[in-house]
Amino acid sequence: MKHTISVLVENRFGAFNRVATMFSGRGFNVHSISIGETEDQDISRMTLVTSGDDQIIEQVVKQLNRLIDTIKVVDLTGQPRVERELALITVFYQKGTRPELTNICDIFRGKIVDINNRTLTLEITGPPDKIDAVINVVTQYGIKEIARSGTVALKRGEQSKIQPKIFTTKEKDKVS
Amino acid sequence: MKESRQKITGADIFFECLRKEKVEYVFGYPGGAVLKLYEKLYDVDFLEHILTRHEQGAIHAAEGYAKATGRVGVVLVTSGPGATNTVTGIADAYMDSIPVVIFTGQVPTKLIGNDAFQEADIMGITRPITKHNFLVRDVKELAETIRKAFFIASTGRPGPVLVDLPKDVINSVCEFEYPEKVEIRGYKPTFIGHQNQIKKAAEMLKKAKRPLLYVGGGVIMSAGTRELALLAKENNLPVTMTLQGLGAFPGTDPLSLGMLGMHGTYWANQAVNSCDLLIALGARFDDRVTGKVESFSTKSYKVHVDVDPTAIDKNVIVDLPIVGDVKHVLAELVSEMDIHPDLQDWWKQINHWRQECPFEIDAHDGKLRTQFVIEKISEKTRGEAVIVSDVGQHQMWIAQHYQFVHPRSHLTSGGLGTMGFSVPASIGAAFGVKDRPIISISGDGGFQMNIQELITAVAYKLPIKFFVINNSFLGMVRQWQELFHAEKYSFTDLSKSNPNFRKVAEAFGLAAFSTDNPKEVEPLLDEAFAINDRPVFIEFKVVKEDMVFPMVPAGASIGDMMTKRLNPKTMV
Ligand SMILES: Cc1ncc(C[n+]2csc(CCOP(=O)(O)OP(=O)(O)O)c2C)c(N)n1
Ligand SMILES: [Mg+2]
Repeated sequence: MKHTISVLVENRFGAFNRVATMFSGRGFNVHSISIGETEDQDISRMTLVTSGDDQIIEQVVKQLNRLIDTIKVVDLTGQPRVERELALITVFYQKGTRPELTNICDIFRGKIVDINNRTLTLEITGPPDKIDAVINVVTQYGIKEIARSGTVALKRGEQSKIQPKIFTTKEKDKVS
Repeated sequence: MKESRQKITGADIFFECLRKEKVEYVFGYPGGAVLKLYEKLYDVDFLEHILTRHEQGAIHAAEGYAKATGRVGVVLVTSGPGATNTVTGIADAYMDSIPVVIFTGQVPTKLIGNDAFQEADIMGITRPITKHNFLVRDVKELAETIRKAFFIASTGRPGPVLVDLPKDVINSVCEFEYPEKVEIRGYKPTFIGHQNQIKKAAEMLKKAKRPLLYVGGGVIMSAGTRELALLAKENNLPVTMTLQGLGAFPGTDPLSLGMLGMHGTYWANQAVNSCDLLIALGARFDDRVTGKVESFSTKSYKVHVDVDPTAIDKNVIVDLPIVGDVKHVLAELVSEMDIHPDLQDWWKQINHWRQECPFEIDAHDGKLRTQFVIEKISEKTRGEAVIVSDVGQHQMWIAQHYQFVHPRSHLTSGGLGTMGFSVPASIGAAFGVKDRPIISISGDGGFQMNIQELITAVAYKLPIKFFVINNSFLGMVRQWQELFHAEKYSFTDLSKSNPNFRKVAEAFGLAAFSTDNPKEVEPLLDEAFAINDRPVFIEFKVVKEDMVFPMVPAGASIGDMMTKRLNPKTMV
């Protein structure tokens, strides 16, 4: 089963490498890794998508924790979370297929961000399965290249207790 | 008000830090990138630098020192080849959780990445084999980094920490301030075992009919041997130890079942398989211990006490994990045990196994055998020496036949199985321990892997006993070839290509002896122990084709031990 793990690491030379080395050294799967700065300039957030049975995932989390440069490790799987990936997909088009592609792009709420006489580039954002769906649909037109960012994810913010409960559910509906 | 401090060089800061850490010995080897440090070292009087003859010798010596004393071993080497020569020892220290700090020289920061002369990416190379490593990029970070390095190496589950020191950092100046405390937000090593979990373990132990303590090196590292003895003795519990756990509990005590695992005792392994409660203490369920995991101790409720959470549920799923310092957990367990279990039947069973399959030594043909030599050494030293073994058959025979009575007495490369460990590690041990004999025991193969360090022992007049068990073979490999590889003795026969060991040792300046006669063993040992102003060498020429038994073949379950040769052949 796939797991999305969020790791806060020291924003320091080699910290990313340490995580990557640990994964390859221990033979853990990595489907994607993304890393970027956070609200605190000394800390970076890595989002890892990995897979394995429960025992392996438990080891992944423990081994991540064991690294000196990791500050916090959270397995977001099964928790309320927002998960997004960005993909740029360059697809071949012909005269007749261009409207179809534009239409597909609209359905998935993507954007066309580049175009020339043979190809156009879609920008799609969403959970990884949505990206997979888009790729599936446009494959028949001929894909030239794909760039995927890897997943980034955050736990959904918990509502503060003083706010009325009804507001919470509404708010939830809105963002989902 | 902050007093303004004088600015001093990185090199001065380096030694001030070592002074603050109360470092007694630095094992090292000079070179271009660390010349400035060696310039200062010339006048340093609060620590002693030990010059080995190879950087691998330096790191193993530091490991030996650390393992024998519990203090941090310190290594100083130059960049490039100096640094890469320590890699085997770093991996060794990582596998066996030995606290060492390795300082490597590095090319100037501006040249890093340029394939400069004697540049090696030692940070990249050692990342997977260190507990942590640091590249110091600015002299302002030097003191704090060194403080952190010692802190990380020596706390929690100990391990090697490398500090890479670019030449320009050592040469630049800044004010020196040694931080009293270190704050590393991603590293909080002190764990106190969970009280309820400990209570639960005690309840299980009170009810157990067939309990067993499975003791690893963690008990020694946490200095918990006194608490272990209390728990075992007050409750009449059988104790089995791993290779690294030997010495945690006296091998001479009737409660000791000796070692478990691949070459463990028959009765220990039977007990593991039949127990109803297995309490693992500072051990990690290594594959050499468990054999086939699926059939490992299937009838038992398993409690696992370890300071390292990653050790838990890694190889074997346990029922009750207790993450915490083993000494502390043991002390709590002792005080929780107000009722003691009745284990009469269990002991009857264990003693039956003891008689069923004792160690067999074929001593009737008048030929010299390793087991006999080890037993004599054990008797002569009353189990109180520091034994530094190498890797191979002799290592297993030492584990089986030397009756260790003190912790920190059995120094061996367990996790990595590094041939060439013994000679240099014994040198480090000899600096750390002065009140007990230090005995290095190697095979004829491994002895040649760091033989150059004999001169280090001679130069420092260390009274180490260097013993070589010469079976003219890479014996352990030969054993596997006989058992599992169609008796193809491929490149393991050294009988025509070994040097004359006695002459080699003599040339290095040791008092040197050699024998193949069992009757000469005791007198020679007496002679060796009488010499205490320099190292002594004895070669024991033993039978060539002996095998270590009992044995659990790799991948078999530990209940299925081979206890003797399948097709007994005439020995050479
Ligand atoms: C550095 C290294 N290389 C190879 C091995 C594989 N190996 C394990 S035991 C052994 C034979 C050791 O022979 P010897 O030192 O003569 O000891 P004996 O088994 O004969 O007692 C070898 C080659 C190893 N453990 N370490
Ligand atoms: Mg040999």
